[in-house]
Amino acid sequence: MINSICKYLFLGFTLMMALSANAASKKTDPYLRPIPVPYPADNVPTAERVELGKKLFFDPRLSGSEWISCATCHNPALSWSDALPTMIGNKMAKGNRSTPTILNTAYNKMQFWDGRAGTLEEQALGPIQAPGEMHQDLDELVKRLTAIEGYRAAFDVAYPDEGISKQTIAKAIASFERSVVSTEAPFDRWRMGDQKALSESAKRGFKLFEGKANCAACHQAFNFADDGFHNIGLPMSGQEDVGRFAHRKVKVNKGAFKTPTLRDIDLTAPYMHNGAYNTLDEVVEHYNKGGVTLDNLDPNMKPLNLNDQEKKDIVAFLKSLTGKPMALVVPILPVR
Amino acid sequence: MKKYHSLFSMFILVTFSASVLAEAEVKSYVVTQKEKKFSEEKLKIKVGDSIDFKNDDPWFHNVFSLSDVQNFDLGSYPKGQFKTVVFNKEGKLDVECAIHPQMHMVVEVTK
Repeated sequence: MINSICKYLFLGFTLMMALSANAASKKTDPYLRPIPVPYPADNVPTAERVELGKKLFFDPRLSGSEWISCATCHNPALSWSDALPTMIGNKMAKGNRSTPTILNTAYNKMQFWDGRAGTLEEQALGPIQAPGEMHQDLDELVKRLTAIEGYRAAFDVAYPDEGISKQTIAKAIASFERSVVSTEAPFDRWRMGDQKALSESAKRGFKLFEGKANCAACHQAFNFADDGFHNIGLPMSGQEDVGRFAHRKVKVNKGAFKTPTLRDIDLTAPYMHNGAYNTLDEVVEHYNKGGVTLDNLDPNMKPLNLNDQEKKDIVAFLKSLTGKPMALVVPILPVR
Repeated sequence: MKKYHSLFSMFILVTFSASVLAEAEVKSYVVTQKEKKFSEEKLKIKVGDSIDFKNDDPWFHNVFSLSDVQNFDLGSYPKGQFKTVVFNKEGKLDVECAIHPQMHMVVEVTK
């Protein structure tokens, strides 16, 4: 049974890659999926690896308390986030940043809001260990998983000769995360020639997005991100968060955070790294003002003088970036 | 008096020639930032040479180096503008854009 599921998953994944490659060869539109999902040479995403990663992702035994899984915060029913302004972790500890969706993280060149990890493999072990998140000792986790026969078998198939280790745990989770990609949205159908896929308001919104509103200075191409870091002048609350500056001490990085994807944006409220806004209207109003906290503001930020109709048009465009949720079968976890 | 005058003239001439020669040896390079890439991945230059870092993208870029050899932060600037760095120490420097960390180049400064 599991073998059959794995085969179907693998076929689906291969088909997706082939379709992506085909689309890329025919089109040069930067807004369409440009390339197959990228992955590192030492972690080719086989069906077995993706399935093992999915099990680990949904397994609360990965946390110190055995009560929090990756999916607790990155909940597929909430577009791989948690619908909270800022995350809640171990012992209900409240963090000061929101949970980013894992949708399309495969395309990111830097991970986390502050870019402190370069790969998904590196990223995967961060929240597992963080005291305010899953608070797990990795050596303890390796022992825990090794004691479960079902995991021993799954690791043997997915990573033969590598065994259960911190590295293979990270690789499996990263492989699963790479399978979480956005689906075709109305905006994509419009780019491919279906004029009816987008309302006239959304079309005007896209023109503003690329022009007067200057959103495309940072939200670029297929993933609507630039792998960059910007201080967009959000309202401050609580303790100062220096963002990227903590890892790269250059002035422009103070208060700067990674540009997030806009794919499925209608499903990932609240918005911004600190969950400052509940609606896309509030987000557009923030940019229209040119930011609220002006200290060390990114120079791309400036008042936009958008009228009410223009603001509505931009929101209509943003909503057109949301596709149908990807099909997901919740994994059966090995209990012994 | 004449002897002192001609000696002084000679001194001026020698100093001036040395200065012209030194200036002739110093080179100025241009590195552009376009499509979120530096136009050079590696650039070998001599001590005293300079590089103009020019932004050719429609959005702001930054240029900085936190290298031990020489560190600098040119801030952020828009399309069409450039800022100049004179490299006055021997060694290898990593030069990056803080806004777009995938932008990276190496400047190798030799004597």
